[in-house]
Amino acid sequence: MDKKLLKICNLESKVEEEKILNGINLEVNKGELHIIMGPNGAGKSTLANVLMGHPEHKITNGDIEFEGENINQLAVDKRAKKGIFLSFQYPQEIPGVTVENFLRTAKTAVSGEQQSIFDFKFLLEEKMNLLNIDQSYADRYLNKGFSGGEKKKNEILQMAVLEPKLAILDETDSGLDVDATKTVAEGIKKVASEDNAMIIITHHNKILDYLKPDYVHVLVDGRIAKSGNMELAEEIEREGFAKYKKEVLDESNSKSNC
Amino acid sequence: MNDKTEVNDIDRSLHEEKNVEKHRYQSAKGLTPEVIKEISREKDEPEWMLKFRLKALKIYKNKEVPTWGADISDLDMDNIITYVRPDADLQSDWDQVPEEIKDTFDALGIPEAEKESLAGVGAQYDSEVVYHNLKEEMVEQGVIYMDMENAVKQHEDLVKQHFMKLITPNDHKFSALHGAVWSGGSFVYVPAGVDVNIPLQSYFRQNAPGSGQFEHTLIILEEGANAHFIEGCSAPKYSVNNLHAGAVELFINKGAKLRYSTIENWSRNMYNLNTKRALVEEDGVIEWVSGSFGSKVSMLYPMSILKGARARAEFTGVTFAAEGQYLDTGAQVIHDAPDTTSTVNSRSIAKDGGHAYYRGLLKATKNAHGAKASVSCESLMLDNESKSDTLPIMKLQTDDIDVGHEAKVGRISEEAVFYLMSRGISEEEAKAMIVRGFVEPIASELPLEYAVELNNLINLELEGTIG
Ligand SMILES: Nc1ncnc2c1ncn2[C@@H]1O[C@H](COP(=O)(O)OP(=O)(O)O)[C@@H](O)[C@H]1O
Ligand SMILES: [Mg+2]
Repeated sequence: MDKKLLKICNLESKVEEEKILNGINLEVNKGELHIIMGPNGAGKSTLANVLMGHPEHKITNGDIEFEGENINQLAVDKRAKKGIFLSFQYPQEIPGVTVENFLRTAKTAVSGEQQSIFDFKFLLEEKMNLLNIDQSYADRYLNKGFSGGEKKKNEILQMAVLEPKLAILDETDSGLDVDATKTVAEGIKKVASEDNAMIIITHHNKILDYLKPDYVHVLVDGRIAKSGNMELAEEIEREGFAKYKKEVLDESNSKSNC
Repeated sequence: MNDKTEVNDIDRSLHEEKNVEKHRYQSAKGLTPEVIKEISREKDEPEWMLKFRLKALKIYKNKEVPTWGADISDLDMDNIITYVRPDADLQSDWDQVPEEIKDTFDALGIPEAEKESLAGVGAQYDSEVVYHNLKEEMVEQGVIYMDMENAVKQHEDLVKQHFMKLITPNDHKFSALHGAVWSGGSFVYVPAGVDVNIPLQSYFRQNAPGSGQFEHTLIILEEGANAHFIEGCSAPKYSVNNLHAGAVELFINKGAKLRYSTIENWSRNMYNLNTKRALVEEDGVIEWVSGSFGSKVSMLYPMSILKGARARAEFTGVTFAAEGQYLDTGAQVIHDAPDTTSTVNSRSIAKDGGHAYYRGLLKATKNAHGAKASVSCESLMLDNESKSDTLPIMKLQTDDIDVGHEAKVGRISEEAVFYLMSRGISEEEAKAMIVRGFVEPIASELPLEYAVELNNLINLELEGTIG
């Protein structure tokens, strides 16, 4: 089986005429866990949004390949159907639409199989138990009146139900207390397998107490300034991002690598 | 969102099969006393009704077309043939209804609807009721449900006592026109204490080019009576502008309760200038459920007059304005007695350049001490071409009233659409989901069949598919 999942080549993007991504290179294979760290405003959420196909972000250069296919022009819902999932930094509230109805519709769309009400209830119940989410949340309106932490847990619940091949988790650990961080991290671990991959965007190290990444990347000023392993995360915790702001591009990130 | 899906209009073909015109009688274009006399003679009406019509015609001629609200300058009043009698006599046996008319009704599903839970069907073809039926047990309890023409003759006193007393020809130009040329409609009388536990349903439609529709609905609920009336509308589409100026008068006596539900889905060349009013006595209840989907222009402001102590009004409405539509709707409530209560809950949606205008009135006289009123009107625009306004007017002549008020106008959020699409949901389904969620507080108040119908209409509007 081909392990290749995502290949990003020299990706540049702009939003409202402002250039944000500045030549991103990244490869993600099945079974891998990647961490992206970086200061506020570096472009981490932008990268996540561009990968998902956000309409406000325009790709001005470079390529995104998913399972060997260029998806630069692919519509958002089609990307989701291919197995890309984004856990949002700020999930939207959708009044009047219950978590259960929404997720059943989403599961039907993503899997291409009609979800029976009964079977889906069972599936959702199981995943909610896994994440310590009270069953009553199934009947609540999507994210409406949820606390920050509840929204994040709900994102992970959606990931657990939809079972994507590539999950991008944007600041999933921020706003969570110690217990919630642990629950979410354990949820992530349970979903992670040899057949999928995860990119976790964070600027805390808390979640790294529970998850062992294969790669750690530092994203500064719209590009990946350095890639490494767990030691890089530890170094950043000690020293911050200051030295990467001006640092020359890491060799592994030169265009020739694409 | 790179390969954008077209969000199409509802496919109306099912509702727009026109029959070859076949009329026994058609009045001359333009309105003269002679035309009115002809109409009245043809209907074989009592003298007082003819006099009433002629008086209304005079008022009509002297009244100006309203200049606020919708632009109705396209409407050629002289060109509206006000009376078109179908080539069919009043029938209560489905088998005897002429085939071509039946085909149209079949397409609208009327006999199906009857088979289900309806107490009676009064289906109006053009200006007259051609099919009428009321379940026997209702008749035994003294319930009357018949077409207005026959009610004028068979229940003359009841009709004379109530007819156009709540909506008078003096109210505005179109109520005057209605008084002069009204034709068809339903009459419902429910005696004291009787609970009509199955909804009465009526279909009004018009089928002749240029013809107006002026049906009159008169419902009287005696003390402690209970009923639900459903008005359904759908008209075939013609190139000539069509006018609908009906009148609905609802008399709700002490402790009685009426639910009046409408889902209007007129074809998109219709001027829907309908007037609806309810008079509610002590402890009485009026519940309006109103869905406005069709027509080119609508001006529709159902009014509840809470005349008796503790009378209550509830209004639940959804308006959906798509391309080329201007829908000006809203609830009017007048609190004129102590401890009266009202709840108005309205949602409007505008897309593809449609314009939804919410124009509501909440009025409390100095009699209304201890009254309670709450108004919530929200509107949602699905794109940048569409327009939405809300104008909830309040006129309070007492301080001793508890008023809650909320008005919101918003555009569909691109971020919300992106969020839903990121879960594999298509753009049009994402929008439909947001719209359904937006009207959910209203849909959840509706009886199940009605909520389903509302959902179906929203899906049709947003997905451009039928059946
Ligand atoms: N939709 C948008 N419109 C305008 N500017 C944006 C938008 N999204 C992101 N940006 C800008 O792009 C830069 C990177 O933002 P973001 O990707 O959210 O950073 P991070 O997630 O790393 O904190 C910031 O300067 C931000 O203001
Ligand atoms: Mg961010």
